[in-house]
Amino acid sequence: MARSAPRPDLPVTGLDWRRYAAMAVPVGLLLLLPLYADHGASAYEHRVIVILGIDIILVLSLNLFSGFTGVFSLGHIGFMALGAYTSAILDMPVASKAINLPDLPAWLARVELGFLPAMLVAGLLAAAIALVIGLAILRLSGHYVAVATLSFLVIVRVVLINATPFTRGSRTFFGTQDYTTVWWVYAWVLITLYVAWRLLRSLYGRAMLAQREDRIAAQGIGVQVLRTRLWPFALSAFLTAVAGALWAHYIVAFSPNAFYFTETFAIITMLVVGGMGSISGSVVGTVLIVVLSEVLRNLEGGFAICAVQIPPLYGLSQILIAVAFISVLIFRREGLLGDREINFARLFERWGNGKGS
Amino acid sequence: MSLTEYGLQQLTNALSIGSLYALMAIGLAMVFGILRLINFAHGDLMMVGSYSALGLIFIGLPYWAAIPAAVVVAALAGILMERVAYRPIRGAPDVAMLLTSFAVTIILENGAVMLVGARSRAFPIPDFLRTVYHLGNLTVASVNVVAIIATAVLLVLLTLFVTRTDIGISMRAAADDMMAAQLMGIPINRVIAAAFAIGSGLAGVAGLLWTVKVGKVDPYMGFFPVLKAFVAAVIGGFGTIPGAVVGGFVLGFLEITFQALLPGEWSAYRDALVFAILIIVLLVRPNGIVGARAREEI
Repeated sequence: MARSAPRPDLPVTGLDWRRYAAMAVPVGLLLLLPLYADHGASAYEHRVIVILGIDIILVLSLNLFSGFTGVFSLGHIGFMALGAYTSAILDMPVASKAINLPDLPAWLARVELGFLPAMLVAGLLAAAIALVIGLAILRLSGHYVAVATLSFLVIVRVVLINATPFTRGSRTFFGTQDYTTVWWVYAWVLITLYVAWRLLRSLYGRAMLAQREDRIAAQGIGVQVLRTRLWPFALSAFLTAVAGALWAHYIVAFSPNAFYFTETFAIITMLVVGGMGSISGSVVGTVLIVVLSEVLRNLEGGFAICAVQIPPLYGLSQILIAVAFISVLIFRREGLLGDREINFARLFERWGNGKGS
Repeated sequence: MSLTEYGLQQLTNALSIGSLYALMAIGLAMVFGILRLINFAHGDLMMVGSYSALGLIFIGLPYWAAIPAAVVVAALAGILMERVAYRPIRGAPDVAMLLTSFAVTIILENGAVMLVGARSRAFPIPDFLRTVYHLGNLTVASVNVVAIIATAVLLVLLTLFVTRTDIGISMRAAADDMMAAQLMGIPINRVIAAAFAIGSGLAGVAGLLWTVKVGKVDPYMGFFPVLKAFVAAVIGGFGTIPGAVVGGFVLGFLEITFQALLPGEWSAYRDALVFAILIIVLLVRPNGIVGARAREEI
């Protein structure tokens, strides 16, 4: 499934300008999106760009855990839900809380944090929960961990629906402030990208890859498997919760249904299509699937081909994406990029000074 | 109501819900035993069966003919599912197969939404399934009795099938060691198709019983039962038929116990508790109560 040997993807020649140029290109390309969203995009395009950014954070943080460690989590959307609800409760104005969440315990009813602190607290809470459950379930492998993380997702949902004083149960949660801007989202996209990239190239990241490729051999050279999985799991939960907070403060009114199987499947599709283990693959996969779903969804309402009116077929976009997903799994299981990266450094090779690769 | 009667009442409830879980879990376990595939789309076969029954009754078939025909449709749907989606990916890593089954679920559920709409539909229930028997202080719905009896009969038939017929024995051989079974000349594709057909037929039966219980069908009706069936199959020991049956009934008893023992406002959390138990079982006894497979752990 993957090559494990460290590769000299970037020329490591000290303060080589090409190294910075190679980083500037993808960052610049990504920042074109919020720039466009702020200048001249329609309301619809603005919305797609925000959601795309949030999806990129979700996919990257899932990749940062599952792609790098090879342990598949089906429960990440549970962390997203935790982040969304926790941050929304924490930064809701006290007056609004009295109306929307009258049964909140007194100590929480008096709290009113800013957006960033609320987001960070939500992230830390998710990370703490990830550490606790991770200690238990990350000992497992293969299906077992998939089933265990799926159970976590179901548990989160049951709690959300029943913890009515905090979440209004299965009813819509109102009163979230619309703090999220496209710049908030893309700032976190860049942070997530940077964290994933640094992690992958760190000693710690190499240990993650090593135990993914061959657990026994990795243990043989002193990699502690549980610890190598646990901290990325917590980090990933933190970032996923942050994405949940961003989402909540953009969508404003939501219910537990948003954080369940459909969203889980969407994120996994983006990850697998892009290539598990590849950071640029996650971005490419997310862009591809988000754009494809938007195009298909616009067709769903019915359209005309050569004067033949095609009737509305709601649900067709999901079916087509699922078919595409199965095709990728059958014909190109490693996804578009596998665990390789798009190497922007190559762009600058011709201007090299002979030291680069 | 005396304590004994109360106990008996809960016992029947547990048996009837447990029998549904057992029927569902068997199909999951048969497929998992051979292919190591967790077939998430198994629940949607309940939906396929129930909608087929609804459609057949709608076009005028009598009840006694529509029900078995619907079970056959569910079985055929299972065979088709294996042929189209799972055979090409056979032998892939566990997670790739699991994700494929997720995609199959999405396709089936959205397909149903496209064909019949997302709203739930009322299911016609014949009078003999509406009756409620009163035995002293006990109340037993006839559908629960039918569920328990049908499950018992099907379990006997299934036992005979896997112990007495060639294809049944081949199935157990394939579950034991697929490679060796193939080397012994067992037609593996036919065995797998048979496993899907039987498992899916049982899911169809479970779906119909479920539908009669709740009185309606909708495209997402299989979602929660299949999660419960997972729990049942894992508790019992994933990949073995006896494990699935034991797990199904254990889960039924656990749920009824939680319902009876948890104080009012907490009883809504019983599903969370059930899944917490699943995680604990995975950790403490990943082979389940009956299972014998080697554990996968770091």
